[in-house]
Amino acid sequence: MLEIQSLAVSVANKTILEAIDITINAGEIHVLMGPNGVGKSTLTRALLGDTGYTIESGSLRLGGLDLLPLSIEQRAHQGLFVAFQHPVTIPGVSNLQFYKAMVNAHRQVQNLEPLDAIELLAQVKQAAKQSGLTEDFLYRGLNDGFSGGEKKRNELLQMLLLSPRIAVVDEIDSGLDVDALKIIGQGIRHLQQQGTGFLLITHYPHWLEYLTPDQVHILLAGRIVQSGGVELADQVANQGFQAFAA
Amino acid sequence: MCAANTDLQQHLQQRYSAGFVTDIETDTLPAGLNETVIRQLSAKKQEPEYILNWRLQAFQRWCKMKPPAWAQVQHTPIDFQSIVYYSSPKSLADRPKSLDEVDPELLQTYEKLGIPLYEQEMLAGVAVDAIFDSVSVATTFKDTLAKAGVIFCPISEAIQQYPELIKAYLGRVVPPGDNFYAALNAAVFSDGSFVYVPEGVRCPLELSTYFRINAANTGQFERTLIIAEKGSYVSYLEGCTAPMRDENQLHAAVVELVALDDAEIKYSTVQNWYPGDEQGRGGIYNFVTKRGLCAGTRSKISWTQIETGSAITWKYPSVILRGDHAIGEFFSVAVTRNYQQADTGTKMIHVGKNTRSTILSKGISAGKSQNTYRGLVKLNPTATGARNYTQCDSLLIGDGCSANTFPYIEAGEYSGTVEHEATTSKIADEQLLYLQQRGLEPEQAVALVVNGFCKDVFEQLPMEFAVEANRLMQVSLEGCVG
Repeated sequence: MLEIQSLAVSVANKTILEAIDITINAGEIHVLMGPNGVGKSTLTRALLGDTGYTIESGSLRLGGLDLLPLSIEQRAHQGLFVAFQHPVTIPGVSNLQFYKAMVNAHRQVQNLEPLDAIELLAQVKQAAKQSGLTEDFLYRGLNDGFSGGEKKRNELLQMLLLSPRIAVVDEIDSGLDVDALKIIGQGIRHLQQQGTGFLLITHYPHWLEYLTPDQVHILLAGRIVQSGGVELADQVANQGFQAFAA
Repeated sequence: MCAANTDLQQHLQQRYSAGFVTDIETDTLPAGLNETVIRQLSAKKQEPEYILNWRLQAFQRWCKMKPPAWAQVQHTPIDFQSIVYYSSPKSLADRPKSLDEVDPELLQTYEKLGIPLYEQEMLAGVAVDAIFDSVSVATTFKDTLAKAGVIFCPISEAIQQYPELIKAYLGRVVPPGDNFYAALNAAVFSDGSFVYVPEGVRCPLELSTYFRINAANTGQFERTLIIAEKGSYVSYLEGCTAPMRDENQLHAAVVELVALDDAEIKYSTVQNWYPGDEQGRGGIYNFVTKRGLCAGTRSKISWTQIETGSAITWKYPSVILRGDHAIGEFFSVAVTRNYQQADTGTKMIHVGKNTRSTILSKGISAGKSQNTYRGLVKLNPTATGARNYTQCDSLLIGDGCSANTFPYIEAGEYSGTVEHEATTSKIADEQLLYLQQRGLEPEQAVALVVNGFCKDVFEQLPMEFAVEANRLMQVSLEGCVG
């Protein structure tokens, strides 16, 4: 479904990523692992369409459609979701108000009527419950005064609301306690069963006890040095990334 | 940065270039201002002599005054002798017969703002005859007010009907010699509203619907007077979210509010006059003096304003807190884009004991615009225990605009408390990126951030209007990203 082929990405004329090949099918979980500073976040930015990141070569397709000419929001409308490592804060805009804008922006593209308030609230409450967030969160400013864990649960909540085709999840496990990790693991599994394909970006596989990846990719110095099964993650856990250095 | 040619700006321009044709044949005085013109103007309005004398005295003072130069606004000098100070209202025959004759792009804006059809007709200047809904709405409105004993009429009518009230209150809060534009207004004021709420009466309606229906031709030198007797309450809404047409470039309005013991006046404004084109040509110069007098003990006056229009906004709705325990509030959102200039804020003059004031100002600048908050908090020696809280926030969109904050504090009294907070922020690229990733168009994303920024002020607006204000922000900032 998501096909990344021979992708090379530069920032300010400096090549950061080269020869990235990843293909994620519906309901698959891929894990991209690598130490800090190898280009993991660059890949996220390139996938979502940040214009500060230049695609030098290669292709990016979702369900056969070329994503490269599309704007950030157009890619989102195609079903690409990014759960951010550091979600922004928008004071004065309640989470609920934001969810409404988000859900209806997607519905508009699909030529659907805006969701009525009652139906929206029902969906949001369900997603909040699955994300372990209490209702009072819905009326607070978007991520305003949220703890790190709460922000990440909020990312999960949005992901559950949108049921994307592909979700890129950037370091969502860092700084989470066991309970939060479990909730997010369950949320991802729930979506996986509905067919969402995942690219989980991490430098350490904290959540392997909750999720079983279909593939693991090791990213070092801007290249995928090895792709394989869950055993690669075990190798990282036991020996660190050095084992993969050429 | 504001993209140059948005739909909104285009049709604003079209509409103004297609503005009313002045009806020269009938009731229009020649351009220029002198004693004869004022006498003629007063005679045409069949005013009593006390008003004529009041106008003439104001004119004498105005002749000795100079336009204020301290505001953070630039414009070429205004030639006051080239302005026509009286022209009769347009006859129905000169107006469009129906909405079919009105610029479709204008109608589109009304649609976007969700303006009901009958109001669209009023705003577009369609000749409305007596069968239309609007008139029956207005009649019902008048009946309800009359039953409550509330007087609500044009000030020209009040001058004839209620001379004792006019004599007691006109110019009491904003004296004719107060400032250059107030003096000009006193000399030549066209018309405006008069509201009198008797003792103990809570005005049963928001004085808004009626006003909006009747707002089509208020004129450029509007004068409004609102008196709230002891223990009364009134909420008054001026203006409209729909862009207003006017062929006059200079506006100099005066609004006076008087609240007696335990009375409360809530005055909300939405100002959306023509702001000029994307090059900064044309647009209304809006020089307004608005002041409330909390004359009585525990009286309260709140100003809420949403300022999105005009090429120049010069406006400082103020409160004189004379009664002990009186409360003054100022909530403001001022949006500037293209080459608009806004110098706006408030004055809170604490005279009575334990008086309190709150100032919450939100400035949003885009394009090449300039947005200035200017506020004075003055604690007189008599104002023991007075308190003020001021918060001024500025939001910048793009790199070409600027925001200034000039808070003046004169605190003579030791037991008073004055707190001031100010922030300036830019809409962060990261915020836009995040919202776009969630499927919002860049303009929707900006509108959402801006609405969040303005929330505390919008909450002060009458309910039905808060929704319109949100839409207005979105329409006002169209084309400001990218």
